[in-house]
Amino acid sequence: MALDQIVDGLSEVSCDVLVIGGGTAGPMAALKAKLKNPKANVVLLEKANVKRSGAISMGMDGLNNAVIPGYATPEQYTKEITIANDGIVDQKAVYKYAQNCYKIVEELDSFGIRFLKNENGDYAVKKVHHIGSYVLPMPNGETVKKALYRQLRRARILISNRYMATRLLKSADGRIAGAISVNTRTAEMLVIKAKAVILCMGAAGRLGLPTSGYMFGTYENAANSGDGYAMAYHAGAALANLECYQINPLIKDYNGPACAYVAGPFGAFTANNEGSRFIECDYWSGQMMLEFYNELLSGKGPVFLQLKHLHPDTISEIETTLHKVERPTRGLFQQGRGVDYRKESIEMHISEIGFCSGHSASGVFVDDNARTTVPGLYAAGDMASVPHNYMLGAFTNGAVAGTDAMEFAENHDFAEFDAADVATERDRVMAPTKREDGIPPNQVEYKTRRLVNDYLQPPKVTRKYELGMRRLAETRHDMQEHMIARNAHELLRALEVQSIMDCADMAVHASLYREESRWGLYHWRTDFPEKDNENWFCHTLLSKQDGKMTSEKRAVEPYVVPIADDEKDLYDKQRIRASA
Amino acid sequence: MPLASYQTSVPVVVDDAKCIADKGCTVCVDVCPLDVLRISDMTGKAYMAYDECWYCMPCEADCPTGAVTVNIPYLLR
Repeated sequence: MALDQIVDGLSEVSCDVLVIGGGTAGPMAALKAKLKNPKANVVLLEKANVKRSGAISMGMDGLNNAVIPGYATPEQYTKEITIANDGIVDQKAVYKYAQNCYKIVEELDSFGIRFLKNENGDYAVKKVHHIGSYVLPMPNGETVKKALYRQLRRARILISNRYMATRLLKSADGRIAGAISVNTRTAEMLVIKAKAVILCMGAAGRLGLPTSGYMFGTYENAANSGDGYAMAYHAGAALANLECYQINPLIKDYNGPACAYVAGPFGAFTANNEGSRFIECDYWSGQMMLEFYNELLSGKGPVFLQLKHLHPDTISEIETTLHKVERPTRGLFQQGRGVDYRKESIEMHISEIGFCSGHSASGVFVDDNARTTVPGLYAAGDMASVPHNYMLGAFTNGAVAGTDAMEFAENHDFAEFDAADVATERDRVMAPTKREDGIPPNQVEYKTRRLVNDYLQPPKVTRKYELGMRRLAETRHDMQEHMIARNAHELLRALEVQSIMDCADMAVHASLYREESRWGLYHWRTDFPEKDNENWFCHTLLSKQDGKMTSEKRAVEPYVVPIADDEKDLYDKQRIRASA
Repeated sequence: MPLASYQTSVPVVVDDAKCIADKGCTVCVDVCPLDVLRISDMTGKAYMAYDECWYCMPCEADCPTGAVTVNIPYLLR
């Protein structure tokens, strides 16, 4: 049989709660939904394999945002995240996370995931953020996915691997009715009717193009092609603050974290070519990224993570962690380059752009119950708008989504969708397989992502954005009329390109709408270089209205935790000033 | 328009002598997040069919016989 041969087929199944995406938030959402009602059917749909999918495929070195009693309070954390986001935060969801996350830490501990403790048996929390201490190392962090998988099996969650969801289904009155998916190895289509749907599909991490020459050499797991963002958009859900891009400081070429969160608490720091510190704090904020960018261009670059001044035993301890979890090929990479952390600093650079609430604030809009603006549709993890979520946020808000979605499913029957919507989607999905001749998906993807780099990367220039928009429209035309897929695997890539193209369009639209600069490098518009609190102290919501991409303002909800005037700009003071 | 394929050295290498895919093992193919591995019809062994690697390592970590090695791809070295 030919490799990944296309099989014609369409079947239909149903469940109470459908969770799409089996990375971090998804397994927790599915688990909580099932535990709330063990008699209900919960399906966990995954484009890859739940055993090793998502951002934590190979585990994680620690929690970046744990609010542990005795070290931090929910109020303090909420304040810190609000300031780090230039004030554009609906605090209710952040505060709820901060209150709930300790319970989730204890639950993860009961799953067999260990967290670093000191000699007194207390959690050994480290300081990385500007104000408070929230970083908690995970000594056996490489076991996270295995521990989660055990729980899923025990709870009898129905797992469907290698199915890519492509569109959501809704009833005439706008309620969620299910999703359409396609098998990534056979191209057979599967309609899943559901009373509630939870999107946990990760960041839009394949938007910008790494300079390495590898399209899949992204910072994010390259499977995170922004499908969740595209699906939410086409279902009419609102997406928040997409102009607040994700851009990260990473190991040059390798494109993985350096990782100051692990090494910083031991005394490592980000240094310029003179070996001097230039930023106050290594926590990833837009303001910090702007200083990083400025340093690279100032003539004082390259920028490095410096460990060589530390005790050799300390360096070995850091090295063991960095080379074991999250991106374990890092050790191989450094070895190949002949970089010994004891002698040499680690060269860093700036990543490609993407959407990710996990690290910034660009995501599908959700409230403090993880509800999107579409009834019955939820979102959690990197793709949902709760800012600076990270892994623990994905677990905690995934749990919130699972519980609330099951409650929704208990109170609603299946919504009816129009069979014509399935037919239309089937035509769209299969179109690249019906052409005899055309352009392969990898070339459409390369061109789209090169345009993203050339025209969309900050600093954002209006004229460049307008040119980018035109070029993207031409490429979209090529994609819709000429892209070909010769087997099911190429079809998977062809579908991903369509998500990437939608995300690129949304990035342009959202960025042009907000006529000010905010969040440091993330939304630095040269034509509007100042922060304009009078007109733009608000969220922006992007959505599809009458088939057209539309943006609108949404007021920031009144704060739960007040911020004093002299605290508001703490994150603006990232650059270390020369001492007198 | 006519298509051509171009050559690329792939990062995932399988030791055929150790690989037990011909005995029914599909672990590396199953776990790959990017779904780039396949079992060869000709040799019965696993191989990297698509050059779309995130060099993430589940294939190497989960292989029961230690047959899989993930290398840093050439352009990153």
